[in-house]
Amino acid sequence: MFALGLAGLLVRRNLIFMLMSIEVMLNAAGLAFVAAGSRWTQPDGQVMFIFVLATAAAEVSVGLALLLQLYHQYKSLDADAASQMRG
Amino acid sequence: MHALFYVAAVVAILATMRVITCLNAVHALLYLIVSLLSVAIVFYTLGAPFIAALEVIVYAGAIMVLFIFVVMMLNLGAKAVDTERTWLKPSMWIGPCILAAILIAEVAYLLSRGTSAAHSGIIVGPKQVGMSLFGTYLMGVELASMLLLGALVAAYHLSARKREKLEIRNVTDTDRTGTAAGGDLVRAGSGGPTRAA
Repeated sequence: MFALGLAGLLVRRNLIFMLMSIEVMLNAAGLAFVAAGSRWTQPDGQVMFIFVLATAAAEVSVGLALLLQLYHQYKSLDADAASQMRG
Repeated sequence: MHALFYVAAVVAILATMRVITCLNAVHALLYLIVSLLSVAIVFYTLGAPFIAALEVIVYAGAIMVLFIFVVMMLNLGAKAVDTERTWLKPSMWIGPCILAAILIAEVAYLLSRGTSAAHSGIIVGPKQVGMSLFGTYLMGVELASMLLLGALVAAYHLSARKREKLEIRNVTDTDRTGTAAGGDLVRAGSGGPTRAA
């Protein structure tokens, strides 16, 4: 699943799909944590998953706000349109 | 119990593949929700019911609502009604419906079976997770709260920046017209004595 998310991030150039792929990758990492925690019957894996969840929520809110700004600026969701940005 | 785990895992992988191959953002979001729900069932079969509930609430609830809001905001326009009519064709929602029906069958089977869902027989309950979270990982909790606060402020700042700029431009515009009008008044006032004289 992590590989699928990474492939999606690399292939798609639409910003919404890139954000969704990041979600998939974070989710896969959390799944690995929980699986390892249940393998050794430790609660640490689930604690780590809660942290991953908080990180994903923060990342998505900031990413979507940036996406709205970019859409208002360029009228498109192409990631290559933002590469010509100049400070 | 192993079969449930593997079926949920296969559903998760299929839905994720459809997420990254879908052309339409809303369809990809539907498949992403199905994928998250199947991952929640995988967590449940792994013996982590608390994390499964958290996944459904936070991911499939909150984060998906954010995504859907943004997609709907970006889709505003005159042709939105037409595109919505094309989305309501059955070929669009039949795939997520099939995958979700598999998941519903799994949940019904789990509920009918009753207790002891973990296929390894060991359940790490919410109590242990809470003890560990607020015991050894207290600093991590504080850091996560700081991160969320920062994200809140950053998201507000990013989405409010444009309106702020517009307001500043309006203020400068009114200032310029005000000074221009004042100039007229001054000219009119200064023109008065000359005429009187």
